[in-house]
Amino acid sequence: MTENIVQLKGVSKIFDETVALADMNLSIRKNEFVTLLGPSGCGKTTTLRLIGGFEQPTNGTIWFEGKDISNVPSYKRRVNTVFQRYALFSHLDVYENIAFGLRIKKLDEQTIRQKVGKMLELVNLQGFEARDVNSLSGGQQQRVAIARALVNEPEVLLLDEPLAALDLKLRREMQHELKNMQKQLGITFVFVTHDQEEALSMSDTVVVMQDGEIQQIGTPEMIYNEPTNAFVAGFIGESNIVDGIMRQDRLVDFGGARFECVDVGFERDEPVDVVVRPEDLVLIPVEQAKLTGVVRSVTFLGVHYEMIVDAADGTGWLVHSTLMEPVGTTVGLGLAPMDIHIMKKVSE
Amino acid sequence: MVKFLQRCYVYLIFVFLYMPIAVLMVYSFNDSRSRGTWGGFTLRWYVELFQDRTIMTSLYYTLLIGVSASLIATIIGTVAALGIHNSRGWKKKLVMNVTYIPVLNPDIVTAISLMILFVFARVRLGFVTLLLAHITFNIPYVILSVLPKLRQLNKHLYEAALDLGATPGQAFWKVIIPEIMPGIVTGMLLAFTLSIDDFVVSFFTTGSGVSTLSITAYSMARRGINPKINALSTIMFVFVLVLLVIVNIRQEREHKKGRGGKNGSKRQDRGYSSEFGDSQFGSEWV
Amino acid sequence: MRKSSAMVPYLIWMALFIVIPLLLVVYYAFTVTTPEGTTWSFENFTRFFEPIYLRVLWRSLALALISTLICLLLGYPVAMIMAGNAFSRKNVIMLLFVVPMWMNFLLRTYAWLAILERNGFLNVLLSSLSLPRLNILYTNAAVILGMVYNFLPFMVLPIYSVLSKIDKGVVEAAGDLGANSVKVFTRVIFPLSLPGVVSGITMVFMPALTTFVISRLLGGGQFTLIGNLIEQQFLVVGDWGFGSAISMVMIILILLSMAIMSFFEDEDKEATLW
Repeated sequence: MTENIVQLKGVSKIFDETVALADMNLSIRKNEFVTLLGPSGCGKTTTLRLIGGFEQPTNGTIWFEGKDISNVPSYKRRVNTVFQRYALFSHLDVYENIAFGLRIKKLDEQTIRQKVGKMLELVNLQGFEARDVNSLSGGQQQRVAIARALVNEPEVLLLDEPLAALDLKLRREMQHELKNMQKQLGITFVFVTHDQEEALSMSDTVVVMQDGEIQQIGTPEMIYNEPTNAFVAGFIGESNIVDGIMRQDRLVDFGGARFECVDVGFERDEPVDVVVRPEDLVLIPVEQAKLTGVVRSVTFLGVHYEMIVDAADGTGWLVHSTLMEPVGTTVGLGLAPMDIHIMKKVSE
Repeated sequence: MVKFLQRCYVYLIFVFLYMPIAVLMVYSFNDSRSRGTWGGFTLRWYVELFQDRTIMTSLYYTLLIGVSASLIATIIGTVAALGIHNSRGWKKKLVMNVTYIPVLNPDIVTAISLMILFVFARVRLGFVTLLLAHITFNIPYVILSVLPKLRQLNKHLYEAALDLGATPGQAFWKVIIPEIMPGIVTGMLLAFTLSIDDFVVSFFTTGSGVSTLSITAYSMARRGINPKINALSTIMFVFVLVLLVIVNIRQEREHKKGRGGKNGSKRQDRGYSSEFGDSQFGSEWV
Repeated sequence: MRKSSAMVPYLIWMALFIVIPLLLVVYYAFTVTTPEGTTWSFENFTRFFEPIYLRVLWRSLALALISTLICLLLGYPVAMIMAGNAFSRKNVIMLLFVVPMWMNFLLRTYAWLAILERNGFLNVLLSSLSLPRLNILYTNAAVILGMVYNFLPFMVLPIYSVLSKIDKGVVEAAGDLGANSVKVFTRVIFPLSLPGVVSGITMVFMPALTTFVISRLLGGGQFTLIGNLIEQQFLVVGDWGFGSAISMVMIILILLSMAIMSFFEDEDKEATLW
């Protein structure tokens, strides 16, 4: 177990009357790539801003390397931030943007030149020193923002949706680069995004948040394969979520039939959410199927087809399959016990 | 053909706009007592202009008032703009409405109301009252030049500076102020020009002995054509023209430097004609 | 410095030099001072409704309206041509349009004296072409001319800025949908340019209504406008009460015309004025 570098203990944040964060407890380990994932307004950016020192918690404390830093102003914290839309200083050129933090620390010109040079190399912007930051492309501005933060050698780098403004291809490239940088520098990255794919592909740990509360913390695989509730399941990847009733351990009713499953520990006849990934549904002959329906639509998506199959009870099942049946055909849907995920209903 | 006609129409309008200025310029070199006839080229009126004590004194006052009023207005206005930018709700609305009063009020109303105030408060009309009046009608234009720059600022800029280790004071002086500098400079230039151009407010708020170029020109013009004013007009026009061309070339160069990138278009907003042109709207209530 | 309290010095300044002076104007407008003392009264306002003053008001309104109309008729085509593609170097053309505005207002008006006077440029030109002389100086026509000359750019610039922002696709779409060029103009371009037209009209009408310099220089002494009336009350007659009352009437007229104009305008006044 490596040591924790940042800890939030019972932190809540209330803006006017709205609760942005409710009693949050989170530990971030050294050298970890942690992603805060959730829809907008879930409190992920607020969490980041609390760590950065741009907001003060209403309740609770924030710890950095074992010290309470709740009341330390942002300019004295050893964390740096890459802001959404970069927040570059447009009155300074690329070199001076990166040198900003070093000049504040009053380092000598020689050291500054050396450090900025190293950073330009890291982010692949050699030769751009004298360029006006407004003349750079979005991806280049992004790199300047990262270099400007990293040159200060922070223990923790905070990134607030840094890739949101880039186009898809560039975003993929940057994801890769960021991950490499993090490994190479051996520092902690705390990354905020609403893009689940981004979160899954880059992180060591994903923190799924909603309505100011943590829903699940885990590795990308855990989050995807074993979501703890219907929200996480629905937010991570595409899912069919239907109402079901748990009859006993390993036996659940939904869609007008009884299915074996692998989940235990529910009350008898407890109403539950049943989650099935679309790629886990397979087309089988009608006579062998417990679940049947009529194909409503078929879309070819390259690797596979996406079909919507309307069951008799009105549920539209999302199916991903490399095979297809034409619209209007009645098909059977098969699924294995281990692909049925049972989740407790979230109590209102 | 259509294009040709369109161009002709615009050129005609230009003739209308420039003819009076051209006529003045030509007359300023005319060595003839009767103004209708050409009596040969002379620089006599320019020599007399510079020997005229009244005109030279008013030139001095015009520049003195213009520089000091625009400087003071820029300081008060920039600080006010920062405050307005950080205020919300009814407070902001109230201040903005107050700011628009001198912009929308006819000059003559601003002028007489200030005159009433000064006389009422028993302040002797003269240099001080003139300066106070000019600062007053200048401040709103500074605010209206600085506010858009503040609104354009990335809201995380200040935080980014703190994040990089700058104290709040450093963040303000090293980041916020340089970022809004173009707006501050625009506001100051605008204030200076309005100050130089003003006649109505000066006319009502000045006292004996202190007179601006506008006032002097007015009192001379009421007595009819004066060749010295022609010479003065020519000098002022050439001065403005040169200034405009320099600023425009500078802007064009800066624009080229910042070409490319999607923020390139933002820079265009700093273009001279759009910014100064727009800001000039409604500025003259005569 | 990030506090809203930074605007306190400004607020004090504005209270002192804008709000209090305007309140003083209201005070003087509603009071009459006689040897017995100062009393509240509507007398200054009732006096304004005497026929001589109403005639001044009427003349001011008429001249301002005519000038505004001429500016619109002259200026709209200019704005449209500039927004179109007749000129390749638009910046230069726009600059040429702005330059005369930067010349001192008083000198610009004065220049017309040199053109219109009895032995001025116009008459020299006319007689050299053996045409009859024109004596329009010190007439209504000269005042209108002065107003149009000074305020024309205020009409052109806002219309131009709206027109140049119209998406070319919209015009092409209208053509694509079968509208001929007249219909494209009446049904698409003109309606879209209305905000510019409205602020242009406002920006010409108001200074035209309140000017006293143009009428004083080009209209001579005999054609008094409402602005001249105010000037006289304060600088010649010394009747501050009456002068303040006229000023208030003028402010009310302006607020009224602004209300009428904003009726035609989209919500965002700030954007069109600036």
